[in-house]
Amino acid sequence: MLDQSYYRKTDEIIEHYGRKAGSLIPIMQDIQAEYRYLPGELLTYVAKEIGIKEAKAYSVATFYENFSFEAKGKYVIKVCDGTACHVRKSTPVLEALWKELGLSKKKHTTDDMMFTVETVSCLGACGLAPTMMVNEDVYPSMTPEKALAVIEELRGKG
Amino acid sequence: MGTITIDGRKVEFTDEKNVLSIIRKAGIDIPTLCYHSELSTFGACRLCTVEDNRGRMFASCSEEPRDGMEIYTNTGKLKKYRKMIIELLLAAHCRDCTTCVKSGDCDLQALALRFGVTEVRFKNYREEKPLDLSSPSIIRDPNKCILCGNCVRVCSELQGVGALGFAHRGSDAMVMPAFDREISTTECVNCGQCRVFCPTGAISIKDDKEAVWDALADPNVRVVAQIAPSVRVAVGDAFGLPKGKSTMGKIVSVLHRMGFDEVYDTNFSADLTIMEESAEFLDRVKNGGKLPLLTSCCPAWVKFVGDQFEEFKDNVSTCRSPQGMLSAVVKEYFRDPANGGDKKTVMVSFMPCTAKKMEAKRPNSRTEGEQDTDYVITTTELVQMIKTTGIDFADLESEASDIPFGLGSGGGVIFGVTGGVTEAVIRRLTEGHDKATLDRIAECGVRQSGDDDFIREFSIPYGGMDVKICVVSGLANARTVMEQVRSGEKEYHLIEVMACRRGCVMGGGQPRLKGLKAKTARTTGIYNADNISVIKKCDENPTVIALYEGFLKGKEHKLLHNEEFCSS
Repeated sequence: MLDQSYYRKTDEIIEHYGRKAGSLIPIMQDIQAEYRYLPGELLTYVAKEIGIKEAKAYSVATFYENFSFEAKGKYVIKVCDGTACHVRKSTPVLEALWKELGLSKKKHTTDDMMFTVETVSCLGACGLAPTMMVNEDVYPSMTPEKALAVIEELRGKG
Repeated sequence: MGTITIDGRKVEFTDEKNVLSIIRKAGIDIPTLCYHSELSTFGACRLCTVEDNRGRMFASCSEEPRDGMEIYTNTGKLKKYRKMIIELLLAAHCRDCTTCVKSGDCDLQALALRFGVTEVRFKNYREEKPLDLSSPSIIRDPNKCILCGNCVRVCSELQGVGALGFAHRGSDAMVMPAFDREISTTECVNCGQCRVFCPTGAISIKDDKEAVWDALADPNVRVVAQIAPSVRVAVGDAFGLPKGKSTMGKIVSVLHRMGFDEVYDTNFSADLTIMEESAEFLDRVKNGGKLPLLTSCCPAWVKFVGDQFEEFKDNVSTCRSPQGMLSAVVKEYFRDPANGGDKKTVMVSFMPCTAKKMEAKRPNSRTEGEQDTDYVITTTELVQMIKTTGIDFADLESEASDIPFGLGSGGGVIFGVTGGVTEAVIRRLTEGHDKATLDRIAECGVRQSGDDDFIREFSIPYGGMDVKICVVSGLANARTVMEQVRSGEKEYHLIEVMACRRGCVMGGGQPRLKGLKAKTARTTGIYNADNISVIKKCDENPTVIALYEGFLKGKEHKLLHNEEFCSS
């Protein structure tokens, strides 16, 4: 059960965009921006409030990679696996992070909710390949060693 | 308006909304998996692709006809493409055809045969997904889904429920309820229309045949059957008899041969329903009860009210459905040692409907702690059962159903079509039973036209008032009506809703049919069964009168009404 504050915040967002089917995506984006993920309960709530079927809302939410029903860690690490990054060896970077953090293709977030590791198809910074992002910061020309050093640094910050 | 040239022949068109319908009108059965004229055009399967005189290829379902078009439907390129499409669909499909419940009735299988797809060169890389067995009515097997979207569209567009949707994207795309929940936990009303429109075995009827065979094999059990109105017009064509022709006598005969001890007719309890529902209606009108009265025969509609319009739950008639009434009466009858001895009674109900399987398990479908209807067998399952026995159904001599619950009026049999319940109520409330009176009732606005998408409003004079009635085909239309009632925009005394368009004749448990003619044949079959019935009104059915004067006395409420509203 989510705290009532989540629903109050969602109400505000819904009011902002209007109770219509076309508001679904901007509402979901704002909820995700607020909580760093899209709580399933809120998707159900939004669907009801704007008058669309829950299955339809779920369909839209799962279509876009950007929306996540899983709570994410404090640091969201996006390892680019686009063509350029892939050929310049992004896979070892990803595997090093997975190994260090005990994550996998199925498990994206550490149990202490510190780190989330996911892949993205292109960050649009192919000249810096292989590229990685931590929240809003870009890390260019990554190697497994550099990636682990970033983790150490973030752990130091807490 | 105009002319298009199809394979070198000129074909006139008028208001056809796409090229595909003109091609079909011209007598060419162009293949489709995702096209249904009742649903929005989806253009997913690409099988209906045609080529024009400039070599341009397009899906004919999504192309508006233009005067002077010149198209080809069977060029070498098209034949190759179609075969390839089928092969690719099969590549990502669970191909256990020989043991698939849909075998023989599968559109994908039929097309593979038709286009000579004898091998599939590609490996199936899809991860095997678990089946959803949670529903009492249907089974979902995602491994057999080809993503045609028929179920998604029928559920939202025709039924206004929208329990299913697409989820994920690309090669991960799947059809599922929101959050991949079990279908039984959603707003699914169990109508089974998704299964009717599903071209493969991805959605099928929950099978209860084995349990019935077991009961039939047990000498210590009395196995009793009841046969719903719509079943009788939907069995014959599987055995080469004309579509829509009532084969009630043969069904009774084949059930006797299978070992059913008693075979009763649900028309009998449809008569009981009208007796009770008319009385309830008059009582509500006279004593200021909740109006409009909402019919309660259709369990999918009842669940829809519970899920979507809960504030109207007290408007739903307290009458049990004909299935519920007959099972309760039969079980009570055989509880009496004078009638039954100490044999246990197993009640099997043959229904056109997948939602009846859910209704049978509803907490209020029980009397004295016992489930009234033990097993619900859909018409589709009945056809399979008959085929299992090897009995030559077409050649069977007819038999009459058994007394004392085997006789129903014409007003009972028309329960099979939308509007039938209302027409039977009007017959009950109208003096006389001569042909002129009955014709007048039939023409008061209650009867179907050829169309199956309707909200029919009319009023009849009764006891100095105008009784305002609304008859609704399909749940999407029911939503429209209920929203109008909720907002106060519309007022009615009685609303009849049948969840499936046309009514039970096109129920989710009926054998699948294609084409308007075949569907109309079932409706005609029901009205014909009414035409040839000697007794037209429930209150003139002598067995009904005898029951009320006999063992039903004092038990009307216990056996014929629901103690409380239950939607599932």
